[in-house]
Amino acid sequence: MRMYDALILVIISGAVTAFLRFIPFIAFSKKTPAFILYLGRVLPYSVMAMLVVYCLRNTGAYFLPEALSCLLVIILHVWKRNTLLSITAGTALYMFMIQCA
Amino acid sequence: MRTDKVIHAFRDSLPVMTGYAVLGLGFGVLMASKGYDVFLVLSESILIYSGTMQFVLADMLSGNVTLSACALTALMVSARHVFYGVSMVERYRDIHGLKKFYVIFALTDETYSLVCESNDADYCFLVSIFNHSYWITGTVAGSLIGQVLKFDSRGIDFSLTALFVSICVEQWLNADTHIPALTGLTASVLCLLIFGPDNFLIPAMIAVTCLLFAFRGKIENENV
Repeated sequence: MRMYDALILVIISGAVTAFLRFIPFIAFSKKTPAFILYLGRVLPYSVMAMLVVYCLRNTGAYFLPEALSCLLVIILHVWKRNTLLSITAGTALYMFMIQCA
Repeated sequence: MRTDKVIHAFRDSLPVMTGYAVLGLGFGVLMASKGYDVFLVLSESILIYSGTMQFVLADMLSGNVTLSACALTALMVSARHVFYGVSMVERYRDIHGLKKFYVIFALTDETYSLVCESNDADYCFLVSIFNHSYWITGTVAGSLIGQVLKFDSRGIDFSLTALFVSICVEQWLNADTHIPALTGLTASVLCLLIFGPDNFLIPAMIAVTCLLFAFRGKIENENV
């Protein structure tokens, strides 16, 4: 695909993504309705759980590396509460398992 | 802006730096392997600034995709951003002008995960800028070294999963009620099983919203 065509696709995807990011702020620019205030309080919890499922959506029958690495992240995080440590250790374990399998 | 605020925002953004370094390098290397130059990677990372969207677009660039198909795919892939906006409308109310425009534009999965519980406008702005700079640097670096260096990076994308899992744990330990987290988890898993990996996100978003309203009384009782 030529550079010019590629750039047009970049601009379209960028515009659509930005549009979706802006909609709520445009729709509720005056005063935030009570139900949006409520969603604003509870959605962060639901959305992060949804994102985890989203990240793991293509995990098939060989789910052991994902399962064990997630477990390590959970245990480490409950124990040390250090995000960098949890991520680094979890990713290292995962890479080790899938590259040596 | 006070220095300790900058340091605080920077320290919090470090996990995203790791995640973006890894994912950005991966994306840059992928684009290099498809023969796209660094200019295209740079404009994508500045204008789109969404890892998922950019990976999907990399696929579309290789095929013959129509403009409307591209727009429709973008709409499906990025729909979850509406959710982030909805939960930030009130928190971003005190930010104005260009700053506001920027923090809305830069609301990615990872930035959302850091700002979603903050009410500090400066903090949110700083985190957004830091994260965007990591993404641009990572993808450009990946594109440049993509041709030169070959290394086994399989599995490195798990860093994003790990980031989200650790945030979930942190939220769980701090939450008054676990209903919202459990709702998100259960609805997403069920929708994944019913609709499959490519189509579950939008049904899941609808289901989560409906369930959160159904449980509203119970949640607000526990949430004191």
